[in-house]
Amino acid sequence: MSTAEPPHSEQKPATGAILAPGYTFTTLTDKLASIALSRRTPKSWFFGAAVGFVLTMVLLATITHLVFKGVGIFGVNVPVGWGFDILNFVWWIGIGHAGTLISAILLLLRQPWRNSINRFAEAMTIFAVSCAGLYPLLHTGRPWLDYWLVPYPNTMGMWPNFRSPLIWDVFAVTTYATVSLLFWYVGMIPDLATLRDRAKALWAKMLYGMLAMGWRGSARHWHRYETASLLLAGLATPLVISVHTVVSFDFAAGIVPGWHATIFPPYFVAGAIYAGFAMVLTLAIPLRKIYGLEDFITMKHLDNMAKILLATSLIVAYGYAVEAFMAFYSGNVYERYMMWNRATGPYKHMYWALIFCNVLAPQMMWFRKLRHSIPALFVMAMIVNVGMWLERYVIIVVSLSRDFLPSSWGLYKGTVFDWSMFLGSIGLFIALLFLFIRLLPMISIFEMRVILPEAKVEAKEEQA
Amino acid sequence: MTKIYGLMAEFENPNDLVEATRRAREAGFTKLDAYSPYPIEALAEALDIHDRKLPAVVLGGGILGGVLGYALCYWTSVIAYPLNVGGKPLNSVPAFIVPTFETTILFAAFAAVFGMLALNGLPMPYHPVFNAPRFALASRDRFFLCIESKDPKFDHDETWAFLTKLGPRVVMDVEE
Repeated sequence: MSTAEPPHSEQKPATGAILAPGYTFTTLTDKLASIALSRRTPKSWFFGAAVGFVLTMVLLATITHLVFKGVGIFGVNVPVGWGFDILNFVWWIGIGHAGTLISAILLLLRQPWRNSINRFAEAMTIFAVSCAGLYPLLHTGRPWLDYWLVPYPNTMGMWPNFRSPLIWDVFAVTTYATVSLLFWYVGMIPDLATLRDRAKALWAKMLYGMLAMGWRGSARHWHRYETASLLLAGLATPLVISVHTVVSFDFAAGIVPGWHATIFPPYFVAGAIYAGFAMVLTLAIPLRKIYGLEDFITMKHLDNMAKILLATSLIVAYGYAVEAFMAFYSGNVYERYMMWNRATGPYKHMYWALIFCNVLAPQMMWFRKLRHSIPALFVMAMIVNVGMWLERYVIIVVSLSRDFLPSSWGLYKGTVFDWSMFLGSIGLFIALLFLFIRLLPMISIFEMRVILPEAKVEAKEEQA
Repeated sequence: MTKIYGLMAEFENPNDLVEATRRAREAGFTKLDAYSPYPIEALAEALDIHDRKLPAVVLGGGILGGVLGYALCYWTSVIAYPLNVGGKPLNSVPAFIVPTFETTILFAAFAAVFGMLALNGLPMPYHPVFNAPRFALASRDRFFLCIESKDPKFDHDETWAFLTKLGPRVVMDVEE
């Protein structure tokens, strides 16, 4: 199925190819390195960076207001004590998961198509985790005391309670952020060396030179480097699964109807991958257009990601079905009411919109024609982004608003500051992402060299 | 004349480099290294690189992280700040698994990254090979073989002749 896009190279990548034909080490390196090194910045970059910058200012203004006034500026109150802050935390951290999945799990599974999307997916992970981390830190109300979360000897003689899922979260998220950052940086070292060697400006030579740490492409170094990459991938794989599992424990270990479910860990992990791939598509589609990367991020990539989206949507749908079934099967009146309240209560529009976004709409990905239509994919990805946000809204807010006794029920609504903080964190994400694509290699150059046909070394006869 | 670090031959494709490396090893050179813009497995074989230190370092890091993580949970919850939560035992093993798991991964990942860098001797801002005039292409599209002057078989003119026989694009001196 052809699309409306004009091909950028003379030869359009064949359907199913993960790289357009005709590239050599030289042209590939020059094209990918020039994105970061070129003096000309595309106009659309300025537009995107400006949006990111303005919204980041909104975030800073909200944080300032929060620090002066306290968490009362948000809509949270009894009984809904966890509102936008926790929901956005879960949303962002879920988005990050696709980056690790692409960089670690697909590496272990030897999927070479990941080589062109892993770098910016990893960057997306780090920026999403940064946005996620802001929320619980600010939600404490006194962010200058956030170091109390960390176990350290103090004059109060107090220590964190390691039986609480909330401290597990601190450990899981900080480990995840650290390991993702290490993985991302280590993956970039050979490319930073390329940029160092290709840069003309002195500041660029010095900056990339320092970051490349004197990488010289020695065979002995490559050997250890590859070992380290594989080991890191092997470590990041259980880690990424543990992170959203631990996030789901924040809920599942509580007794609130709608939270207390054993399906939560696998269903949260699948939801995270689902949300993350939607975000990768949301970013990849405009990026490949703006920077003319259709040769590297081909229809095959988009098609594969759409298939993962479809598969994870089915897992998530199964999660919803099990939640509903268990609520009725449990025979527990509160659980049953929770489900009934979701579907028919004051937040029923949210619930049905969620079912539409996460269960019904993705079914269009069964059709090859739609998987190969770029506008359809983009719309789909946006629907899933919204759907996953709604899912967390339904789980967190709707469950808390009506728990056991009707006398303790209450409604929740995000205030203008809830929304400005959410928009602001999107702005921070966009701003970081635009800085990244301007200054660092957004496609892994050395891993792209590996998949070039000329990179193949023929087996030698004397090889014993 | 300045001191020579070694002789560097430039090749246009990975096959030539792997072949040249093999022949140099067969000729008895031992102090040599190959440089390429991406990892080549056959090159590691040709150079007979068998380094198994890194996995051991990572395993050590993981074990250390796990022990320290559990020790932290145990020490805080049983010794430093015993707190009865719902009558659960002070040493709540299932609950402590999560922080222990996370610290295991964290320490192992640190060991992998810093172990790799340390074993590779990075960061190393200066290295003689960067003096070779065309070496910047090693991070782009060219493949280099360097025979170092500390090799017992190294003799400037003979080694130069040997490298020229391997069919490189160019052979050059690498100054110390």
